[in-house]
Amino acid sequence: MLEYARWKYVLIAVLLAVAMLFALPNVFGNAPALQLAHADHTPVTSAEADSVAAYLRARHIPYQGFYVQNGRLLVQFADVTDQLRAHDAIDAKYQNAYISALALMPLTPAWLRNLGLKPMPLGLDLQGGLNLLYQVDIKSAVSELLQTYSQDAGRALAEAGIRTGGISVVMTGGSAVPNAVRIVLAHKADTTAAKRALSRPLQGLTITTRDTSAGVILQAVMPQAQLRQRENYVIEQSITTLRNRVNQLGVSEPIVQRQGNDRIDVQLPGIQNPAEAANLLGQVATLQFRLNDMQHNPLEAEQTGNVPLGDQLFTDTSSGFPVLLKRQVIATGDELTDATVGESTQGPAVNITLDSRAGENMLRTTKANVGKQMGVVLITKHSVSSVVNGKKVIRYVTKEKVINDATIQGVFSDRFQITGLTLGDAQDLAILLRSGSLPAPIALVGEQIIGPSLGRQNIKWGITALVIGMLGVLAFMAIYYKVFGLVADLVLIANVVLLAALLSMMHASLSLPGIAGIILTVGIAVDANVLIYERIREELRKGVSPQAAIRAGFEKAFSAILDSNITTGIAGLVLWIFGTGAIRGFAVVLVLGIVTSMFTSLMGSRALVTLMYGGRKKLVKLHI
Amino acid sequence: MEFFSHQTNYPFMATRKVWYGLSIVLMVASLTLLFTRGLNFAIDFTGGVSAQASFPVAANLSAVRAQLAAAGFHDAVVEYVGSSRQIAVRLPPEPALKVEQLRARVDAALKAVNPRVSGLSLSVVGPQVGSQLETSAMWALAGTLALIFMYIAWRFHTWRLSLGAILAVIHDPILVLGFFAATQMSFNLNVVAAVLAVIGYSLNDTVVVFDRIRERFEGNRRLAPQVVLDQAINQTLSRTIMTKVVTSIVVVALLVLGGPVLRGFSAALLIGILAGTYSSIYISSSIALQCGLTAEHLFPTVRKTAADHLP
Repeated sequence: MLEYARWKYVLIAVLLAVAMLFALPNVFGNAPALQLAHADHTPVTSAEADSVAAYLRARHIPYQGFYVQNGRLLVQFADVTDQLRAHDAIDAKYQNAYISALALMPLTPAWLRNLGLKPMPLGLDLQGGLNLLYQVDIKSAVSELLQTYSQDAGRALAEAGIRTGGISVVMTGGSAVPNAVRIVLAHKADTTAAKRALSRPLQGLTITTRDTSAGVILQAVMPQAQLRQRENYVIEQSITTLRNRVNQLGVSEPIVQRQGNDRIDVQLPGIQNPAEAANLLGQVATLQFRLNDMQHNPLEAEQTGNVPLGDQLFTDTSSGFPVLLKRQVIATGDELTDATVGESTQGPAVNITLDSRAGENMLRTTKANVGKQMGVVLITKHSVSSVVNGKKVIRYVTKEKVINDATIQGVFSDRFQITGLTLGDAQDLAILLRSGSLPAPIALVGEQIIGPSLGRQNIKWGITALVIGMLGVLAFMAIYYKVFGLVADLVLIANVVLLAALLSMMHASLSLPGIAGIILTVGIAVDANVLIYERIREELRKGVSPQAAIRAGFEKAFSAILDSNITTGIAGLVLWIFGTGAIRGFAVVLVLGIVTSMFTSLMGSRALVTLMYGGRKKLVKLHI
Repeated sequence: MEFFSHQTNYPFMATRKVWYGLSIVLMVASLTLLFTRGLNFAIDFTGGVSAQASFPVAANLSAVRAQLAAAGFHDAVVEYVGSSRQIAVRLPPEPALKVEQLRARVDAALKAVNPRVSGLSLSVVGPQVGSQLETSAMWALAGTLALIFMYIAWRFHTWRLSLGAILAVIHDPILVLGFFAATQMSFNLNVVAAVLAVIGYSLNDTVVVFDRIRERFEGNRRLAPQVVLDQAINQTLSRTIMTKVVTSIVVVALLVLGGPVLRGFSAALLIGILAGTYSSIYISSSIALQCGLTAEHLFPTVRKTAADHLP
């Protein structure tokens, strides 16, 4: 008698049922679609949607579906040709109203969508789009920070009346310590006083003293942990900024992610114009600090339309009142190194840090203008395409708005607070300030465009290989192991379902190497079954009874399956950790596939075999 | 159906010197090819431009080359892919140019040939990307080997098997690289993934044989190691062949039907899987035997000192 615990049957049944549900959205496929969204993220109304539909009907462009989802309008088409025709037509008429993007729309039925189940998003190689790889100049961000420290140190020493023989920033090794501020003291007697004066401005740095013939040298080294933290901050911040800019492109499911140590990978499905996208993403200086013109009345300027010379008229978005700002810029967004929410005596505040150059400018300005107002202008750009003489022309529209207007309370330089805000306002402002700028220069180092037709072709190739390969394996197993081969076939299919479910749950995007990984997983899953069945055959050859042979087969094959899968898994995990892009996509599938194949072949296969043969008292022959 | 109707009993270990010779010849040939001809690195590593474009009419390759040369790209490789209306262009790295500039110039050159050309795909990789990839690939490789060495040494209690496994694992990717050097197939990131997967597969086989060696030794401590190793390989032989046949079915499906993107990837896997079968039989076990593997290494005699204290 073979027995298998009832709870294991239940576990397998439940897991498979859940897996089927999660994998189900993937079988419906995708349709080419067009996504329309308002640039300012206000939702598209149904009246607006109806007018677009009427327009497409008037232009005789057939569409299959029409939905408003998350405030965006999605129009679904039968094929890519209709999609592209509609794209051109809509851009020609609605260029100012909407940002339009090519998209793939999953044809998942509504009841599955309502359950929150989604198919795996397709990688760029499978749906077409633009992939941009940026490199962040981390070194310059670190050097900026050190510069700020050295300025603060200089000021503190001057205030304490300590003379120095020079303050410098050491970036890379050589004879000196890297990433440090180096201060040469004029008089040795000042050492203790200098250390005391520096303890606040150089907080967090490790200060060491060195006696040389030239005098006492104080070295303030940035600790490794802080260096890492700074680097991570710069990358994370760059990602946030890029993500905000990507959102202005209106792409359906963009991916902005860190790649390796200092790279950012931006994937824009459906985007076919790299010049436009790269331009928008790479722009800098999108934030400006400017003085208010206190001599003139902004209300009057708004009514008469007479803006004083050297001024610019804005409407403060928070208060709704008009403001007159001087055209001269004190600091720009790319000079802003940090903006965080903090506390002040007047409640929540935003702490702002500028780089040294902007800090000096700010110091000069504030000295002369205490008590006056200073405004923060956010500048956004977005592209508008129009048709001129039958040719598509793209131009950039710049929008400027004042997001904050505050009184200068005292003299400050590179570190200051904006106060008088509610907590929510402070949080919003900090995010806006940060997202308006890139904390370090970024350079485009790689770019890949995949046309939508090539994407479709790639899907076809991948799916054909998967189906044919699977069928070949299923047929071969059935012939070679007869009844047990059919068991293996069911187990293999269950394995693919489980894997698809896991990938869908993780929302991992499926690329061509990922499909290859699924196909290879079939090979791994087969191996586990082969190990078990060969073992059963071996036992049968020894003359063991069928049921004992089955039990021995599963038991003795276990250690081989475990060890061989773990070693393959180690290789997969390393690929997962070190790999980027396509390699990582492959590794994720490989590692997950090892897990699912062990589960299905050890538990699933055993459950099926026990179900078939376990209860039979007079089992004479196994069909294997 | 069965490949072997009865238990085989081939003397694998007796002929191991012959196979050492073959392996050495293959390795030397592969390494020589690697160092003389080198790999045909794709732009993932070298930087540069690779583009596929589709023309409304049959494309004139020499016109495309001429326009590219006029744009300053003198070493352009231009060829048809699939049909005469689709072309592939490959340009060497241009460290002086930025990614945006490269793209704009290629675009303009192709438009000059035929304004109605449409892009299928375009990849531009800056020169900075390559070197970092090489280092991270090397780290990945070294990390994998070290972890696997430790895992096997831990599970099987002896470094002799670890060493055999690692040598077999080094052997297989070198043969794959040799194949890529010999055929000059494009060596891209997907192929790197395949080579690392080959390591996994090769190990898979090796570990299955080791598992059987462990089991044989457990029951027959007094048998000569050479006999035990032969038995272990013979007893797992039908599994080895069966698994390889099945895996080859899917890899061949990928190679033939998976399209050009996966061609290099699947070719590397196929070569690697064949090499892995051979090396798991002739290298990993033979090396362990050569290092003097005995039952004692797998199952050290446990002195029953602890038990003696019990009443």
